[in-house]
Amino acid sequence: MSGGVDSSTVAAMLRAEGRNVIGLTMQLWNQRRLAGHEGMPESVQGRCCSIDDVYDARRVAETLGIPYYVVNHEERFERDVVRPFVEEYLAGRTPIPCSLCNNHLKFDQLLIVAQQIGADKIATGHYAQVAFDEQTQRWLLKRPADKSKDQTYFLFGLTQEQLSRTLFPLGGMTKPEVRELARKHNLVIAEKPDSQEICFVPGGDYKRFLEAYLSEQGDKPPETAGEMVTTGGKVIGEHAGVHNFTVGQRKGLGVATGSPLYVIQIKNDTRQVVVGNDEELYSRTLRARRVNLISTAELREPKRITVKIRHKHQPAPAMMESAGPDEVRVTFDEPQRAITPGQAAVFYDGDVVVGGGWIENSTQ
Amino acid sequence: MRRVYLDNNATTPVLPEVLEAMRPYFGEHFGNASSIHHHGQETRAAVERARESVAALLGCRASEIVFTSGGTEADNLAIFGLVRPGDHVITSTIEHHAVLNACKHLAANGCEVTYIPVDGRGLVDPADVKRALRPNTKLITIMLANNETGVLQPVAEIGKIAAETDVYFHTDAVQAAGKIATDVNQIGCDLLTISAHKLHGPQGVGALCVRKGTRLEPMLHGGSHERSRRAGTENVPGIVGLGKAAELARAALERADDLRMAAARDHLERELLEIEATGLNGGGAPRVSNTTNIYFDGIEGEALVIALDLKGLAVSTGAACSSGAIEPSHVLIAMGLRPDRAKSSIRFSLGKQNTPEDVDFGLGLIPETVARLRDLSPVWPKAVVSQKLGASS
Repeated sequence: MSGGVDSSTVAAMLRAEGRNVIGLTMQLWNQRRLAGHEGMPESVQGRCCSIDDVYDARRVAETLGIPYYVVNHEERFERDVVRPFVEEYLAGRTPIPCSLCNNHLKFDQLLIVAQQIGADKIATGHYAQVAFDEQTQRWLLKRPADKSKDQTYFLFGLTQEQLSRTLFPLGGMTKPEVRELARKHNLVIAEKPDSQEICFVPGGDYKRFLEAYLSEQGDKPPETAGEMVTTGGKVIGEHAGVHNFTVGQRKGLGVATGSPLYVIQIKNDTRQVVVGNDEELYSRTLRARRVNLISTAELREPKRITVKIRHKHQPAPAMMESAGPDEVRVTFDEPQRAITPGQAAVFYDGDVVVGGGWIENSTQ
Repeated sequence: MRRVYLDNNATTPVLPEVLEAMRPYFGEHFGNASSIHHHGQETRAAVERARESVAALLGCRASEIVFTSGGTEADNLAIFGLVRPGDHVITSTIEHHAVLNACKHLAANGCEVTYIPVDGRGLVDPADVKRALRPNTKLITIMLANNETGVLQPVAEIGKIAAETDVYFHTDAVQAAGKIATDVNQIGCDLLTISAHKLHGPQGVGALCVRKGTRLEPMLHGGSHERSRRAGTENVPGIVGLGKAAELARAALERADDLRMAAARDHLERELLEIEATGLNGGGAPRVSNTTNIYFDGIEGEALVIALDLKGLAVSTGAACSSGAIEPSHVLIAMGLRPDRAKSSIRFSLGKQNTPEDVDFGLGLIPETVARLRDLSPVWPKAVVSQKLGASS
């Protein structure tokens, strides 16, 4: 229970079904921890893990008459989510902490705590659906009824065991329906605005967060400054560090030319940031690593799918084929814009999530 | 569901006699104790009777008792009432946050603070206190009984050191008062803190004993209440409750009720230590009679507390942070426990209301719950040969 509308409504729905519900909030990050560091706000409000949110969750639990506890997983969160987030940026990639959090915290640590305290399943406020396929004897992850809220992109790492113990009660509902239900249950958070950003990065300014975090750790940002080069290999300027860039970025390149320039590629080994025109951003194939398959146990032959390469991406038709253990190659029907290493590629068969992996690279 | 409360170091239930004593002061006896008329006289008398009861429990004069809003205010009054920029303060690493964070504030505002470490049993060495003295040392503040382990500090020896060197000595006796004889003359302290709700009185009231001759600056400025040491209209029902609780605690100590409690605690402790890979924190040191703190290797104390609460047993781990999530105990870390062992530790603390059946209820739940948690733990080795580990190092 984050203290937001979705997870609060889930608790209310399960309670109304007569289930034995225990409310849990994961304390993952101390929002005041970096307060006062250069460029960071003094205090943060209305965000995950803030005192206000815990207070809201507690009020909801009290309204529903369910036991409620806060469990501290700050250490694991820092180790498995925050540090990799920082390291990925410093390596010139664009990470997705929410997927890491789902894989390592919400559907791992929280599931263990749930089992330890005697709960058979965990329920979250994610917009997604879980179903059991009798034919294949596999648990399926499916897109929700409200496609605009679809969160399956962040859930591709769930294993069969995790899915078998998970409930997504909001999977069949739209956001307005959820709010209406929250009002009906007199939940104090019914009108609370949705959270949008990465929960531990105030204001969404990840560069400032990186600098504040590294300075708190006593580390200077590692030397990742280098050259700005064109796709043809011509040096056209310098940059202050690869972590300031993401593929597809147009603003803040620090070079002026006649036509709009975009980041095409970040070369971690040479610290070069490759820039080019819009057309050069398009790639037809990508390679994904650390692949997790959900609807099928293995990929014996090439499979026709649609692929999301970022959360807000319209799934694009493609073929996927195995490219080694835990690796796949995806070939799109049409070249896709700004395929970004560090992001996830999630594979769909209609509404069913086939699986997903981490984008390693793309080729034209 | 049957519920058993074994977390009496957090707070204790108000005894029925205490509640009865307080009740008229929420109703018919409503006067302001500073008023000169009949109504004021009634409540003034009640406040002064309570002051005498508290003084009797602590072996001091009634005029030396200052009522406060609780233990934290009393600790803060002792510390901020005495220490000025340029002064040096000696405290320990295992104090309650009411003292630790007050000292942290001093350190950030021109004072020097020395934190005396503890040994593996959780004990401060008085020789360390003596060595830490400086010409500008103004105050030594070291607790009597630790809230997490129940370990009793050698306060009488520290009192001697303070007296020899003319340094003020404050002791936070919140977890000791009512559990063991707590006499300011025997301790040799200048200031001593107690809290009503730790000895079956109400929450929101405490007292600071300020020995005669101790020049204390008030923190709250206003009327001349509490001999100008603590302004603000007295919390009469609370003070009356504290007085009654102190009176009952004194009578219970005279009856040696603490020995009965120690027997119940020892039984609980012995049985829990039969579980494999457990150990006692603070073993080998003198302790108050109601507390035991035990580690259960391979489990998260947090999960055990929740699992037990869902079965009706209330116990606790170390301190909770503002969200209610559990943080590793600074006390156990200061005693040299590994962080994972500190996080696997649970405090059990008995109160006057607990019966032998309560202890048996706990003993019926804890072993099976620990076993279940270990079965599901990713770090607990499966099917290891049973190995009984010794007490904490």
